Amino acid sequence: MDMKKKRNSKDMEPKRKADNTLYRIRVRPLELFLSAFIYGAASLSVFLLLGMIGYIFFKGYGELCPDFFTNATSARHGTVGIGGNLLNTVYLIVISLLIGIPVGVGAAIYLNEYAAQGRLISAVEFAIETLAGIPSILFGMFGMVFFGGVLGLGYSLLNGALTLTLMILSLIVQNTRDALRAVPNSYREGAVGMGAAKWHMIQTVLLPSAAPGILTGIILAVGRIVGESAALLFTAGSAGALPKLGQGVGEDIAELLGKIFESGGTLAIALYLQMQNGEYELAFGIGCVLIFVVLLMNWVISLIGAKKR
Amino acid sequence: MNTGKVKLKKEVNSILCGPRKNNIKESVMEAFFAACAAVTIFVVISMTLYMLINGLPAIRKAGVEEILLRTEWKPTAEEPSYGILNIILTSLIGTLSAIVLGVPIGILTAVFLAECPHKRTAGLVKPAVELLAGIPSVIYGLLGLYLLNPWMYRLERKLFEGSETHRFTGGANLLSAVLVLAIMILPTVINVSETALRAVPSGIREASLGLGASRIQTIFHAVLPAAKSGICTAVVLGVGRAMGEAMAIMMVSGNSVNAPLPFQSVRFLTTALISEMAYAQGTHRQVLFTIGLVLFVFIMMVNILLNYILKKDKESHGYEKEKK
Amino acid sequence: MIEGKIWVEHLNLYYGRKHALIDINLKMKEHLITALIGPSGCGKSTFLKCLNRMNDLVANTRIEGKILLDGENIYDKRVDTTLLRKKVGMVFQQPNPFPMSIYDNIAYGPRLHGVKNREELNRRVEEALKGAAIYDEVKDHMKKSAFSLSGGQQQRLCIARALAVEPEVLLMDEPTSALDPVSTLKIENLMKRLKKNYTVVVVTHNMQQAARVADDTAFFLAGEVVEFGSADQIFCRPLDKRTEQYITGRFG
Repeated sequence: MDMKKKRNSKDMEPKRKADNTLYRIRVRPLELFLSAFIYGAASLSVFLLLGMIGYIFFKGYGELCPDFFTNATSARHGTVGIGGNLLNTVYLIVISLLIGIPVGVGAAIYLNEYAAQGRLISAVEFAIETLAGIPSILFGMFGMVFFGGVLGLGYSLLNGALTLTLMILSLIVQNTRDALRAVPNSYREGAVGMGAAKWHMIQTVLLPSAAPGILTGIILAVGRIVGESAALLFTAGSAGALPKLGQGVGEDIAELLGKIFESGGTLAIALYLQMQNGEYELAFGIGCVLIFVVLLMNWVISLIGAKKR
Repeated sequence: MNTGKVKLKKEVNSILCGPRKNNIKESVMEAFFAACAAVTIFVVISMTLYMLINGLPAIRKAGVEEILLRTEWKPTAEEPSYGILNIILTSLIGTLSAIVLGVPIGILTAVFLAECPHKRTAGLVKPAVELLAGIPSVIYGLLGLYLLNPWMYRLERKLFEGSETHRFTGGANLLSAVLVLAIMILPTVINVSETALRAVPSGIREASLGLGASRIQTIFHAVLPAAKSGICTAVVLGVGRAMGEAMAIMMVSGNSVNAPLPFQSVRFLTTALISEMAYAQGTHRQVLFTIGLVLFVFIMMVNILLNYILKKDKESHGYEKEKK
Repeated sequence: MIEGKIWVEHLNLYYGRKHALIDINLKMKEHLITALIGPSGCGKSTFLKCLNRMNDLVANTRIEGKILLDGENIYDKRVDTTLLRKKVGMVFQQPNPFPMSIYDNIAYGPRLHGVKNREELNRRVEEALKGAAIYDEVKDHMKKSAFSLSGGQQQRLCIARALAVEPEVLLMDEPTSALDPVSTLKIENLMKRLKKNYTVVVVTHNMQQAARVADDTAFFLAGEVVEFGSADQIFCRPLDKRTEQYITGRFG
């Protein structure tokens, strides 16, 4: 009866004494402060990013016109543009990837599919982590001395591309390896169980299922190449001239192939030089193009990510 | 009866017929993959060798003390002196300050990303961090030079108004470089710490909340300590990133050799290489390689520390493993 | 006189559109063990989490009705959930010690609630460990990582950790499902001892366990309480046919 009474009376007296009641929201100033810090820190990165991108576009979009992309900057002809730098950037991307992808993917396949746990595997792992941690300026110095000096490439696109290959190697290996790790073991067992040889299994089962991850690694590598500057200053150099074309097919091909032995500065290098010369409008113009490339890469990576799921 | 049948089997069809042709291709591919893996080791070894071969002669010529423990840097003077102590100290103090400034912000952002109950706001911050990671260092340098330096110059004029001893830097000083570095290490610190926080099992959070801890208490007393080793990794990676950065701070730090004080124009290990490598000759050039070697040694120390943390984490209480 | 410690009145819980708990009415008495049984997915764990508002953490959850703890509605706007959870402790299915030393695990709660005095902390830790019948096993290596303990010891450590904040009610969510029979027996004996000082609510899918330890038992099915009564009555003379079918192993 006593219980029933309690249950029905809505405004009954709580049994608890005042100091033991649940009914008191405690305000914790320190916690509010910390929460504010957490939110502040998170919004800082957003504001930084939006501010940076917005400012670069705001200052630089005026430079962007068709001539800017097709001309080369030349005092003699009085032209201003990044055509030559764009071409150089493409050269570096193509050559670095041509060497970097087979070697990087191959190393990852070896690590994940062939090597037994042991000394060798940890040596390779350590090597890759080390490569990932070495700053680009040191790659630049190594490229200058080894490719430029010992191999006699001097300041050339090929030298720059080889140096960049070393830099992107760790990116490609790490991403490929993660992608291979994510392939379920049952796929491997399924293929081997049907009598497929190992390389055949890798070719037909592993690589296709790991393709999105490998592609992500490649795109990250492209982003790194496009944005790189310190490693290129003393390897690929800074020339921005366009090749002289239109002398017949054979000569043109020779000219384009010969270019890899000539010095050539990428977009990022061009930005650095313009900034050093105080040509800020031009620098911001190039900045615009670089930011655009970065946005594009991120977009492609998120597309791949969405497809993976 | 069975044995009779086996005998009838053609030899080609037996699994005992020895290696097939296909196996040649197999071993060629395996050798290729092994060679690829070996390339990575080869690259690291040869880089180490070249750094040593090129960096040591100057030390041998001028002496360790003369280079590493002196502060006068006059490589092109009549009587040149090659003391790089100020440059080394600048790199160390610059990196340390960037870490002190950037790591708390980075960790708190990671906390926001990993623990935020609203998925949508986290979905806004995450892509921003990823984009920030992809922005080339020259762009940081450009914005630093164009926006940060004038602002810093105003601050400088206000602080040192009427000072007779202060050499004005136009805003290109250690403080500017530290600010740029602190921003540049953010994405690394955020991403690695976020991964570490997400790897903390939800049982840890539940246990803490169940004991009457608030959300914030749970984060700071239970989740962050549980993610300790991952966060150490983030900090170490941040150190590596800040120490190796060159182009972004090249323009904003003033680039003259001074003791690392906030409002002085300074030169880092990395920026010393960039600014003088193009024209240096003789001993001067060799000393630049020594600077490269010093940087290389620091980076290797960071790498080894990193490896140590990761290994220790694997061995000791990786709680995922303990739970079996 | 035995009083109702927790009164649950017309409790409804929705996960998005799913009606996960339907009009629950229960009362749990002080110094008794109340067992919640039922097939998996019947809502017994969800219900248990309502009792200290751990469901607040799950997005898209909506709760109607009242849960009174000593006459105070824990879903009242004025309620401080941290204070509530201090009074209503919880032990989880998987032992989940913090990656810290044994001592720090136990001291975690008291430290949170402002105990700084070294002696007071030591006293609390010792008492909690004794209360959870694990003191003798760990007293010589308090500085060791909690992960060095076996699964059963870890679970008792977690019970000790819950006791260290001096709760009034102890919720246990299938506390022995991850343990071997010997450890299970130890925990069951411990539960019987604990009820002298605490109100214990335990979720279990193990009916023998419920029969062994429970004073009161509630049978859950598809989000509803089918039958609630003393353990003797539920296990020997179930009134509802579904209860009888479940108890005799016809389903679940």
